[in-house]
Amino acid sequence: MKVKTISRSSSTYVPQGTTSAPVPRNLNPVLHPFEKAREYTRALNATKLNRMFAKPFLGQLGNGHVDGVYSFAVDPNVLNRVASGSGDGVVKLWEMTDRSQIYAIKAHDGIVKDMCYNNDGMLLTCASDQKVKLWDNPSKLEENSSQNGTIPPVMTYLGTNSFNSITCHRYDNAFVTASSSIGVWDISRTKPTTTLSWGSDSITTVRFNPTETSILASAGTDRSLVFYDLRLSTPVTKLITTMCTNCISWNPMEPFNLAVGNEDHNAYIFDMRKLDKALNVLKDHVAAVMDICYSPTGQELVTGSYDRTLRLYSVREHGHSRDIYHTKRMQRIFSVAFTPDARYVLSGSDDGNIRLWRAKASERSHVRSTRERMKLEYDEALKKRYAHMPEIRRIARHRHIPSTIKKMSDTKRTELASIKRKDENRRKNERNMVARVPERQKIVLKSVQ
Amino acid sequence: MESDDEEIGAVTVAPSRPTKVDAKTMLQKRHREQAEAEETAVQEFQQKAFEEYGRGARVPVKTIKAKRLRENMKRMEGKFRDGALQAKAAELLLEETPGYLEAEGLEKTYHFTQKAIQQELDVGTAKKGFELKLPTFGPYCIDYSRTGTDLLIGGRKGHVAAFDWRASSLHTELQLNETIRDVKWLHNSQFFAVSQKKYVYIYDLKGIEIHCLKKHIEVTNMEFLPYHFLLATVGNAGYLKYQDTSTGNLVCELNTKMGTPSSMTQNPQNAILHVGHAKGIVTLWSPNVTTPLVKVLCHQGPVRAIAVDREGTYMATVGQESLVSIWDNRMYKKVHSYTTPAPAKSIHISDRGLLAVGWGSHTVVWKDAIRTKANSPYLQHHTPANAVEDVRFCPFEDVLGVGHAGGFESIIVPGSGEANFDALELNPFENKKQRQEAEVKMLLNKLQPEMISLDQNAIGKIDRRRPEEKDQESWQEAEKKRIDEKIKIKDRQRGKNSALRRYLRKTGKKNIIDEKRLKLEGLKEKRKRLAQGLAESKREELGPAVSRFYRPPAR
Repeated sequence: MKVKTISRSSSTYVPQGTTSAPVPRNLNPVLHPFEKAREYTRALNATKLNRMFAKPFLGQLGNGHVDGVYSFAVDPNVLNRVASGSGDGVVKLWEMTDRSQIYAIKAHDGIVKDMCYNNDGMLLTCASDQKVKLWDNPSKLEENSSQNGTIPPVMTYLGTNSFNSITCHRYDNAFVTASSSIGVWDISRTKPTTTLSWGSDSITTVRFNPTETSILASAGTDRSLVFYDLRLSTPVTKLITTMCTNCISWNPMEPFNLAVGNEDHNAYIFDMRKLDKALNVLKDHVAAVMDICYSPTGQELVTGSYDRTLRLYSVREHGHSRDIYHTKRMQRIFSVAFTPDARYVLSGSDDGNIRLWRAKASERSHVRSTRERMKLEYDEALKKRYAHMPEIRRIARHRHIPSTIKKMSDTKRTELASIKRKDENRRKNERNMVARVPERQKIVLKSVQ
Repeated sequence: MESDDEEIGAVTVAPSRPTKVDAKTMLQKRHREQAEAEETAVQEFQQKAFEEYGRGARVPVKTIKAKRLRENMKRMEGKFRDGALQAKAAELLLEETPGYLEAEGLEKTYHFTQKAIQQELDVGTAKKGFELKLPTFGPYCIDYSRTGTDLLIGGRKGHVAAFDWRASSLHTELQLNETIRDVKWLHNSQFFAVSQKKYVYIYDLKGIEIHCLKKHIEVTNMEFLPYHFLLATVGNAGYLKYQDTSTGNLVCELNTKMGTPSSMTQNPQNAILHVGHAKGIVTLWSPNVTTPLVKVLCHQGPVRAIAVDREGTYMATVGQESLVSIWDNRMYKKVHSYTTPAPAKSIHISDRGLLAVGWGSHTVVWKDAIRTKANSPYLQHHTPANAVEDVRFCPFEDVLGVGHAGGFESIIVPGSGEANFDALELNPFENKKQRQEAEVKMLLNKLQPEMISLDQNAIGKIDRRRPEEKDQESWQEAEKKRIDEKIKIKDRQRGKNSALRRYLRKTGKKNIIDEKRLKLEGLKEKRKRLAQGLAESKREELGPAVSRFYRPPAR
């Protein structure tokens, strides 16, 4: 007789003197029944937890401003400092780690329309009082501010019109302003070195490309989106859109792509080389998009709108927002910004508050153990795999939206459907049918070389 | 030279000495052979890996036209492939090997007594075979906990005991003073359910009565679905009831409409319940459908016991006519059957596919008896004068528990248990902390009763029903419609070999009584009556006044 039975020694499976018990595995599928059903349940739980942990609002910076916040400046090289400009001409510098105010300057007499950091970390502000001011590096200013209350600007540049927008060259000592025309300035000179214009009498926004550093995009009130090349000091292309463009943000990772926020409630992503149609149309807002900002990764977009909400978009996904942020008291949003670590979003609104939000509503910023990280990664994979299941999709998409926004979006949907219906009816009865215009081409009226 | 040969008619003969092969070509040949052997070994390994750990048939990726979907599917297929290969490779890490019992020379394994086997084994293992003499309160029904560490025995006359059988330490012992029909562990060895004279009671490990389930009356058989936290009971009245043990809700009550059931078991792969009835029918139930999913006519008389193997592909049933039949659950066809000298009382299939049958006072274990027909049993055991009530293999051990009229006996059956457990699923060596954590995980991953269906991988699949079907019709109605559409048989009057008859004959599956078959048989009956010049049905023949007293003949 030859006989053997299973005899497990308890010393192998319950070792003495250690707290960690061994975990033998057997991957035989028979030992793991209901694989799909259990995975689905885990995915459902993960989705629910994701929504349960979704607490996007972190708080406001200090006590905010007295007037509305119309501009932000984020230095890509500094993580913890953000400057904001207000309607009463005050510029404030904020410490992000404890959300406190470092100092405030009464910089201008009019609205601080736009600000930017140059490559030396110096702050340039432009305002409706026809002035551009250059402020010293914050660290130096801090020392000064402790000595006396007022801080003088390093330099003041005088213009002939109210300034709307300012942008700094990535490497050179040049900056560009937008007023009735585009002025190219050298930091050491008091007069613009070059003036550029193509049609529009009022230019609302101007932005340097951070990668292709001499490319410049500007938007005017004549619904034009113009691209300039500063090496030739000439305009390159002009795009006429159906409605006015309010804001521009270049993709920091894809040099040719830029996102623009439009008056027609949508944001559009364009490829600078092919302006005959948009790369993507980002819908969902129910009022004009006032400001737009790419995350430093180039994967996410945040838009602030006149409808008092912020929306976050995943650029590579479909054209609807992945999240909407709002509060009861937040007024019309005029400025948004991503922090350089891509984890937080700032919004400046009419009510004078600067709000700090998480870029991912359910993410927490603590240090994770390996176990926790692995669990989160596993959950993420599960959510992705079962995203199409009706229950999971419903829970993942569900948001509480202010009733006014809801009502407005319903009205908008009805209106658009009605326009579409009318168009279809017209087409049915027309003799020579005109081809339907794709949604991505509707924005483009004309592009001029 | 050649021309000379031709002239004289001679033929050149091949040189008789073998040609000299240089060492280099020999070496090349050997290398080539080695490479080929390696190649085939790799292919075999891959083949086996895909069979054992694969996720079904491979999707023909190249035929997908949508680019994004194609890339996605390609990536998924790659992942499944890698996963299968890695899982197969990880078999190297398995620590234990399954047991065996081999006869040498003229010996036969079924002649080996327990005493002889125990003598061959080490003391620790031999101790796993033991006997409890409890002659007063028998016969005993038994249940092992899911990890196989704890044992629950319930004597018909009111004696319940729960104990850790490996450490032979008693957890609790109860004298209930009323009839006990079945005992069952719940999700872990902390709670158990006992079906008593009238109600089902739930006790904890200390023997404290926690719940009295008053909705479950005179329960004869119980099953616990661990992943769904459902306690399923069926009683004398023939109602199948599902109770959620995590929330305490009664999920559903289903009327089997077949009288007192004679046996019940679950399919561990899809949580479908198999209920055996007195008419010889086995019905398959899920809590979502009020009628049986499948009805299989298995035996002439009552189905005395049912068992389903671990893979869920085979079902073993015991009939009153002393027959043990093996059925294929994929087609509901009989594979083969064995006869027992007397009708068996209990049957169970071990993790590794050993079949234990308890008949009279005998317990017989069969090996390789499910897929193939075995000629002789593997092991036999006799409990003289004590009729066997219940046989159950212990999970993860080479042990068979036998509950009989005179107590309980644990016998050693080498090769019955799964040698390598998965600690993240079920861990026989878990400590208190691990057990608590596992319980929380189980509750978090609890499956909803709505997920129970015959196809355990139905979740995540595309519902191919049309939207109108999804919205308006129930599953049964849709099924009915589908069958109606399918059955299009020409009404040919001449000859005996009608299309209907041929269809019925050819499709076979005589034992499956489904919607389609009932319909066809009804059609056949109708035609027969028409041919005889009778009214379309018996009811019409009887007329409206009397027809309401008419009952169609029972199947």
